[in-house]
Amino acid sequence: MNTTPQDILAGLALALAGGRVRIVDLTQTLSSEFPAIALPPEMGQCQPFRIEQISAYDERGPGWYWNNFSCGEHTGTHFDAPIHWISGRDLPNNSVDTIPVQHFVAPACVIDCSPQVKDDPDYLLTPADIEDYEAKHGRIPAGAWVLMRTDWSKRHDPEAYQNFDETGQHTPGPSTEAVRFLVEQRDVLGFGSEAIGTDAGQGYHLRPPYPCHYYMHGAGRYGLQCLSNLDLLPPAGAMLICPPLKIEKGSGSPLRVLALVGATA
Amino acid sequence: MTMPLMKPPRKNPVLRTRQMNLPPGARGRVALGLMAAAAEGRFALQVCADCGALQYPPREACHRCLSPRLPWQAQTGEGELLAATTLAHSNDLFFRERLPWRLGMVRLDAGASVMVHLHGEVGEAPCRVRVGARLDRAGQAVLIGYPEKGTAHMADDTMLREMTSDPKHRKVLVTDGKSPVGQAVARAMAQAGADIVWVGHAEPWKQLPGLAELAALPQVTLVPLDVTDERSVNERAGEIGGKVDIVVNTAELHRGFGIAARRGTDVAKSEMEVNYFGLLRLAQAFGPALKGRAADGATHATAWVNLLSVYALANFPSHGTFSASKAAALSLAQCLRAEMRGAGIRVVNVFPGPIDDEWNQNLPPPKLAPAALASAIVKALRDGVEDVYPGDVAQEWLARWRDNPKVLERELAAGGM
Repeated sequence: MNTTPQDILAGLALALAGGRVRIVDLTQTLSSEFPAIALPPEMGQCQPFRIEQISAYDERGPGWYWNNFSCGEHTGTHFDAPIHWISGRDLPNNSVDTIPVQHFVAPACVIDCSPQVKDDPDYLLTPADIEDYEAKHGRIPAGAWVLMRTDWSKRHDPEAYQNFDETGQHTPGPSTEAVRFLVEQRDVLGFGSEAIGTDAGQGYHLRPPYPCHYYMHGAGRYGLQCLSNLDLLPPAGAMLICPPLKIEKGSGSPLRVLALVGATA
Repeated sequence: MTMPLMKPPRKNPVLRTRQMNLPPGARGRVALGLMAAAAEGRFALQVCADCGALQYPPREACHRCLSPRLPWQAQTGEGELLAATTLAHSNDLFFRERLPWRLGMVRLDAGASVMVHLHGEVGEAPCRVRVGARLDRAGQAVLIGYPEKGTAHMADDTMLREMTSDPKHRKVLVTDGKSPVGQAVARAMAQAGADIVWVGHAEPWKQLPGLAELAALPQVTLVPLDVTDERSVNERAGEIGGKVDIVVNTAELHRGFGIAARRGTDVAKSEMEVNYFGLLRLAQAFGPALKGRAADGATHATAWVNLLSVYALANFPSHGTFSASKAAALSLAQCLRAEMRGAGIRVVNVFPGPIDDEWNQNLPPPKLAPAALASAIVKALRDGVEDVYPGDVAQEWLARWRDNPKVLERELAAGGM
């Protein structure tokens, strides 16, 4: 192939303009109604997203409308950096301001677990699910995102999305074995989920507690959560663009996640 | 006998909503002493410390011996109605709109003769009556002549209802129904005959014990309301603000920390977000409609209740940041009262001591039961009281604070409840 980088970019521009490459938004809208992660009340809490008007073409500012917003780093559709977890705290370049920017544009493999999750909100992704995926769509390349499609983002009612009962939260996530397989055998870039966290709602009771956070971040990998529209992505071949805000020593940030998708895919 | 207040018919929407005209509100500084006692439900008059003469009306110097030492003393109010009259005409707008209106002159057994508004059950003079002090719609103290022995529905007397904020047939917003106090207040309002009790429900995914049972009450409707969220507060005010007659702000965040016991400011900020800014957001959103409906029929908008804390008076260091947030809320509640009084809406501040809930689990009794706190709030609304210190701890702190705030500060610093 003697295609130059300039040819590739020009081709991409043409494909985007012509609709042969589409852009899919994988982001939930930031609003105060969107659920925040809930910890026991005596612990420190992630501030939920809040927005207050500065002015709206009124006596506070006659010609303009703007707001102040506030939120924790882990609000809405957001990115988790390795420094977020104790297992990743001593790694180099482990915060959102120092992560190599190349990692913010990467291919994505989408493993569809929506049939299993339909019957079992506590469903845990298994190594067998990954092998099934690879048998159909090819081996997960090193440096790719693995996204667990569960259609959880279609639960628009915050109560159904959080899915709490007396024993805590019931949302899907990966098993310990699946996380270790992805990190150790496939060298993935990170793991993404549609639910409120990359780990399952009952992930605290796995070994170790919150295995996706523990192993992914311990190996310098990343997390994406509260994703939506994963059903619009092909199992393989999408390209993710997901740069978090450049917060000094930030453990994560809300972000806009976009996917480039071939129209014929 | 007073006829019980029936549920009023629905409002005719083509008629102008009647606006409030307040009763005469001017009082001299000394006369405000009568108000200060009435604000807590007491009837007090000045008694000369030198010659013992009872004073009425309030004055600077004793009418008998000219002594300036005239401390306020609680009165039983027992006395005899000497004369009564019924106003059929008044140039004052408040009374003009409420005629006929009965007035009387009572000779108190303790000495003075006083002018009173007469309860409908008081017979013709001469007869025995009991005099009490109440705050009127202007927030000023007036004296009321009650029958010696009232009947079951005496609270429904039309004159007396002008002085009180009875929840009966009214529409009440309880801003947070997730706490034991919020739930107890919502239940108490339903029991007190409230027509509708809207109960705020923040973070709907957190189902807390008791909420489902509360929502099953016929009067209760859960509404999404998060006082930390400007949009949520404004949306609810847009939906129901024009119907709410009584706001009871039960939203409270309480974490037991001083300065050194917890690193960072996140918890203290959250306390301020709920306890102080929450009140500010609610007041900005719900205040205007409440003010505009202060004379809207027999069950007009009438009161705003703030759940404060006796820690607002003096900081309790082991709950230091909470105390500070409640002190801020108290200051804001005074501002709210000043702004609402001109519209005829009463602001009731409630100062409980430690409440028997999960955040006071380690505190030894006495602790105030949420149901007792709720009863105290209903009673305050029925009695037209402005400041409530429910329970033994609150009463004791109040007495110590009034006696000497500096001494109390030092005692509390040493952990002394």
